[in-house]
Amino acid sequence: MRTGDALPPLEIPVTRTLIVAGAVASRDYQDVHHDAEAARAKGSPDIFMNILTTNGLVGRYVTGHFGPRSVLRKVAIRLGAPNHPGDTMTLTGTVTGVTEGPDGTRTFLVRITGANGLGHHVTGTVAVEVPR
Amino acid sequence: MSGDALYERLKAYEGRPAAVAGRGKDPVNLPMIRHWCEAMGDAHPAYAGPDAVAPPTMLQAWTMGGLSGHEDRSEAYGELLGLLDGAGYTSVVATDCEQEYLRPLRPGDEITFDAVVESVSPRKTTRLGTGHFVTTRMDVRAGGELAGTHRFRILKYAPAARPPEPPERPDRQDRHHRQDRQDRQDRQERPERPRRPRPVVNRDNAGFWEGVAAHRLLIQRCTACGTLRLPWLPGCNDCGAARWDTVEAGGEGTVHSYVVMHHPPFPAFDPPYAVGLIELAEGVRMISNVVGVPYDEVRIGMPVRLEFLRVDEELVLPVFRAGDGPGAVAEGER
Repeated sequence: MRTGDALPPLEIPVTRTLIVAGAVASRDYQDVHHDAEAARAKGSPDIFMNILTTNGLVGRYVTGHFGPRSVLRKVAIRLGAPNHPGDTMTLTGTVTGVTEGPDGTRTFLVRITGANGLGHHVTGTVAVEVPR
Repeated sequence: MSGDALYERLKAYEGRPAAVAGRGKDPVNLPMIRHWCEAMGDAHPAYAGPDAVAPPTMLQAWTMGGLSGHEDRSEAYGELLGLLDGAGYTSVVATDCEQEYLRPLRPGDEITFDAVVESVSPRKTTRLGTGHFVTTRMDVRAGGELAGTHRFRILKYAPAARPPEPPERPDRQDRHHRQDRQDRQDRQERPERPRRPRPVVNRDNAGFWEGVAAHRLLIQRCTACGTLRLPWLPGCNDCGAARWDTVEAGGEGTVHSYVVMHHPPFPAFDPPYAVGLIELAEGVRMISNVVGVPYDEVRIGMPVRLEFLRVDEELVLPVFRAGDGPGAVAEGER
């Protein structure tokens, strides 16, 4: 992978189950991530994915591409349009920089976007290290 | 308390601790790692097996209060959130997360953490509602050693009112709305699209809308000085005379300027779409949709031609078609 190269996109169906499982696995019991009625009372049309799940999915997308030896060094994300049940999020990424350490370990900077039916759910930058 | 006075009080919390000597409720452990990987669909081999490390993106999960809450929160952070709650900003949503991972977390690692309130934003209005962004920065330690940093931004907000349900069609008025919705779900239909907003018609512009309903775009003309005007106004901007008559627009125009609407989405509109400022051949300008070309191919100077879009059973709108597309717009086309 070189600067400018694109990662193949990854489509993630945003199911109610994924939203709730992600919230529970991240120990996030905010009601807007599992209780549709409470979410509506707070101005949202339905439950929505929590940021920890988005973070986890972004990490999975990047290490899934860079392989079994890849190690995340940094994940910085910003959320936009919420991920509601029934939507699909398509993650895309572009390599924006590569550095190589003295031991041959390369660090890739990847700019990622996760788009859903409402717009950009997430944008961000990931630094991932791949040993020689 | 005025908004500014509240903001001054919120700002005073910048630099104060948000969590002091926090302790992870569980040491890093394989079951929680496995549950996380299952939920995320993450099959990275480093997160499984006898030498498993935790997915780095789990960093925050080890610090979460869970159902039993955060007894680690500092008094200052509790006060800050309390102030926001008291001002009506009772809802919370996370907007940003920036994490750096310095060393892997392994099963058995005991997690401790400290956090500081980095900044509180002035009052902002978002699609969700109005509120303040609060940014905290946390150092996460494993066995006393710095393992990662975690900067987190939340919006504490007062929910915006939901848009009202669209009015029911007359043939449905005798039926209960909830049942109606259920019926639609049972028939696997999409819910009806909210209706486009109605124009505000008053005695100064009623003639314009009567013209549109009859598929005529009428421009006002001052009978004293002959100056054309659009939109309709009670008097002439040029000479001040009140008397007027109308001329019918020939329908030719050019795109004088335009914007493309991406966000925020409004009910009944389907972004992205182009909104044009059209200069009519008669010299007056009006705002409307540009149809017949993709939104990203609209250009200044592009010739357009007037046509009338039937939006629904009671609303017709003048729109402008670019290119050589068919003249008549089908009902429901956008």
